[in-house]
Amino acid sequence: MTLVLGAALVTLGALALYAVFGGADFGGGVWDLLASGPRRDAQRDAISDAIGPVWESNHVWLIFALVALFTCFPFAYADIATYLNAPLTIALGGIVLRGAAFVFRNYASDATAATRTWTIVFGASSIIAPFFLGDAAGALATGDYAWTSPFALSVGVFAVALCAQVAAVFLVREEADPALRDDFRRRAVRTTAAVWILGLLPALLARNSEPAFFAALTSPAALIAIAVAMLLGIVVMILIARHNDTRARIAVGAQVLAVLGGWFGAQSPSLVPGRWTLDAAAASPAMLQAFLIAAAGGALVLIPSLLLLFAVFKGPAPSR
Amino acid sequence: MDHVIAARAQMGTSLAFHIVFAALGVGLPLLVFVAEGLWLRTKRRAYYDLARAWTKGMAILFAVGAVSGTILAFELGLLWPQFMKYAGGIIGLPFSLEGFAFFIEAIFIGLYLYGWDRLSPRAHWLSGLPILISGAVSAGFVTTANAWMNMPTGFRLENGKVVDVQPLVAMFSPPWLVEVLHTTLAAYVVTGFGAAAICAWALLRGGADERREQIRAGLTIAMIVATVAIPLQIIVGDVIARFDADNEPVKFAAMEALFRTQREAPVTIGGIVTADSVRYGIQIPRALSYLATFDPHAEVKGLDRVAADDRPPVAVVHYSFDTMVGSASLMLLIAFGWMVVTLRRRPAPRVLLIGIALSGPLAVIAMEAGWFVTEFGRQPWIARGLLRTTSAVTIAPGLDVQFYAFSVVYVILAATCWWLLRRIGTHEHAGEHTTLERGTPT
Repeated sequence: MTLVLGAALVTLGALALYAVFGGADFGGGVWDLLASGPRRDAQRDAISDAIGPVWESNHVWLIFALVALFTCFPFAYADIATYLNAPLTIALGGIVLRGAAFVFRNYASDATAATRTWTIVFGASSIIAPFFLGDAAGALATGDYAWTSPFALSVGVFAVALCAQVAAVFLVREEADPALRDDFRRRAVRTTAAVWILGLLPALLARNSEPAFFAALTSPAALIAIAVAMLLGIVVMILIARHNDTRARIAVGAQVLAVLGGWFGAQSPSLVPGRWTLDAAAASPAMLQAFLIAAAGGALVLIPSLLLLFAVFKGPAPSR
Repeated sequence: MDHVIAARAQMGTSLAFHIVFAALGVGLPLLVFVAEGLWLRTKRRAYYDLARAWTKGMAILFAVGAVSGTILAFELGLLWPQFMKYAGGIIGLPFSLEGFAFFIEAIFIGLYLYGWDRLSPRAHWLSGLPILISGAVSAGFVTTANAWMNMPTGFRLENGKVVDVQPLVAMFSPPWLVEVLHTTLAAYVVTGFGAAAICAWALLRGGADERREQIRAGLTIAMIVATVAIPLQIIVGDVIARFDADNEPVKFAAMEALFRTQREAPVTIGGIVTADSVRYGIQIPRALSYLATFDPHAEVKGLDRVAADDRPPVAVVHYSFDTMVGSASLMLLIAFGWMVVTLRRRPAPRVLLIGIALSGPLAVIAMEAGWFVTEFGRQPWIARGLLRTTSAVTIAPGLDVQFYAFSVVYVILAATCWWLLRRIGTHEHAGEHTTLERGTPT
C-alpha cells in the first residue's frame, strides 16, 4: 500500500466515523428541536443523556479529519478552504453554537427562560452544521465548488436527514422506558423512509446539472456502494420494526459508511475532481510516513479509551 | 475593513478568546483531581462539594474551549490557506498528535462528568488523571507549532518549493521547549490564581456560612498551584527573553523598545513609543545588556538592524511585554504574601484576600499580554523569514462580516459562561439536569 493511499484511508476513515457518530449527535439535536407529544421533556432528557458523555469525543473525529487533510494533503486543503470558505464558515458557526448551546442549556436547567432559548439554539445549529457540511461535500464532489447549486443544497438536505435517521435508530436503544422507545422507533422508521427518498434527489439533480459527477456515480464501485446503501436502508427499517435494535444500530452505521463509500468511490482517485488528485495534493513522503506512524501509535491509545467510554455509557443501562 | 486586518482581527480575537478556556482546560483538571483525591482520603464532605462545583465549571469551560479550538483549527485554513499550503506538510505532525491528545481528553472528560454513578469512586477519581495529562500534552503539541512559526526549521526551499521535509526536526524547532514550558505554566498560573480569586471573592463577600469550609479548601488548593507555578513561570520567562535576544533579536528589541543597536543598553519601562524612538520611559542603565548576556557592557541588537518593513508594531509589543512582566511581579508578591501568612498558620487578612481576588484578572491579563508579545512580535511574518502575513491570507471575500459575526458569538458565549459560572457558585444544584448528571455521593 502506498503512503498516499494509507494517508487517504486514515483521513476518510476519520471523516466516516465523524459522519456516523458526530452525525448521530447532530441528529439528536434535530430530534430535540422536534421533540413533541406527552413525553416531550422525557425525550429531551433522553437525548441529553445519550449525547452528553460522548459528543465531545465524537466531535474530535472532525478535528482529526481536518488535521489529517492539512497534514497529508495541504495543497487540496488550501484550495478547499479558499473556495468553500463560505459554507464551511457557516457550518463552523453551527458547530460552535451546537456545542456551546448543549452545555449551556444543561447547566442552566433550573432557569427556564435561558434553557428554552439555548434549547432552540441547540436544535437549530444541529441542523445548520450538517446541512452546510453536506453542502460543502456536494460542492467538492462536483469539483466546481458551486455550493449554492441545487445539487450541493440537495446533498445538504440529505445530510441532515441522514443525521436524524442515525440518531433516531441509536436513540431507540438508549432508553429503558418502552413508551419513549416507541417514540424514537416511529421516528426511526419514518426518517429511514425519508432518507431513502431524499437520497435519490442529489442523483436526479446530478443527472441534469452535473454530468461528470453523474457519470462517476454510475461507475461500478460507486454503483455497488449505492446499491448496498439502499439495501441497508430497507434492512434498517425491517430490523427496527421487529425491535431488533442492536442490529439496527449496526445496520444504520453500515448504511452511512456505504453512502460515503458511494461518494468516495465516485470521485476516486481525485480529492477534488478536476483540480486535485490524491497524489498531486499530497505532502512529502517523509510527512506522510510520520503521520501514519503517529496515527498508528495514537490508535493504540485511542481505541481502548473509546471502547471504555462506549462500554460505560452505551452498554446495557445499569439498574437504578 | 482592510482584508488582511479583518483576517488578523478574526484570528486574533479567536485566539484571545480560546486561550483563556484552553488554559483553564489544562489547569482545572489538576484542581479537581486534587480535591476529589482529598475527598477519597479524608471523606470530608467539603472536598466532595468542592470537586463537584469545580467539575461543573470544568464541564462548561471545557466545552466552550473545545468549540472555540475548533474555530481555530478551521480558521488556519479558512483565513490563511497560503500559509497552510506550505506549513501543513511541514508542521502537521504535532497537530496530528494533538488530535489524539484531544481525543483522550474528550473521552475521559465524558467519563468524568457523567461517570459519578457508573464508576467506582476510585475509578472515577483515576479517570481524572488522563484528562490532566492529555490537556497539558495537547497544549504542548500546539505550542510546538507556534515555536516553528517563530523559527521555521526541518525543510529546505528549492525554487520556491518545499523539499527535504523532516517532520520531527520541524516539531522540535529551537524554541519548542521553552515555549511549551511557558505555555503550560501559564495555564497553571491562570487556573491557580483564577480559582483562588473566586474563592477569595466569596470569602470577602461573606455569607454562605455552610460553604465556608469548602471555599477555604478551594482557596488553599488553588493558591498552592499558583504559588508553585508563578516563580517557575518567571524563571522560564527570563530564559525565553535571553533566547529571544540571541535567536529572535527583532522581537526582543521590540519587547524592550530598543531602536538603536548599542553597548550598555538600558532597560526601558513604559514610555511613549513613536515610529523610531521611545521617550519618557523609566530607564535602568546597562540593565538590558546585563539581562541579555550577563555582561553590562555587551552590545544588544536594536530594531535598526532590520528595514522598517520588517519591524513588528513596536508599541504594542513593548507595552504588552511590560504589562506581562508587571502583572507577573504583582502575582509573585501576592503568592509570597499568601505563603508567609499560611506558613504562620494565620487566617488570610482582608487586604491579602483583596490581592488574591485581583490576581485572577491579573493572571489572564498577563497571559493575553504574553500572547500579544509573541504574535505581534513575530510580525510582519506569519512564519518568520519564510512567509509574510500579508501573503498568507485567503482570497475569499467577506472576512469583515465574518469577523463581526464571530465577535458577536464570542461576546454571547463569554457572557453566558460568566452567568452560568456565577449560578454554580450560588445555586447548589445548578446544572444537575438529568439523573446521569446528578450522581450521588457514596
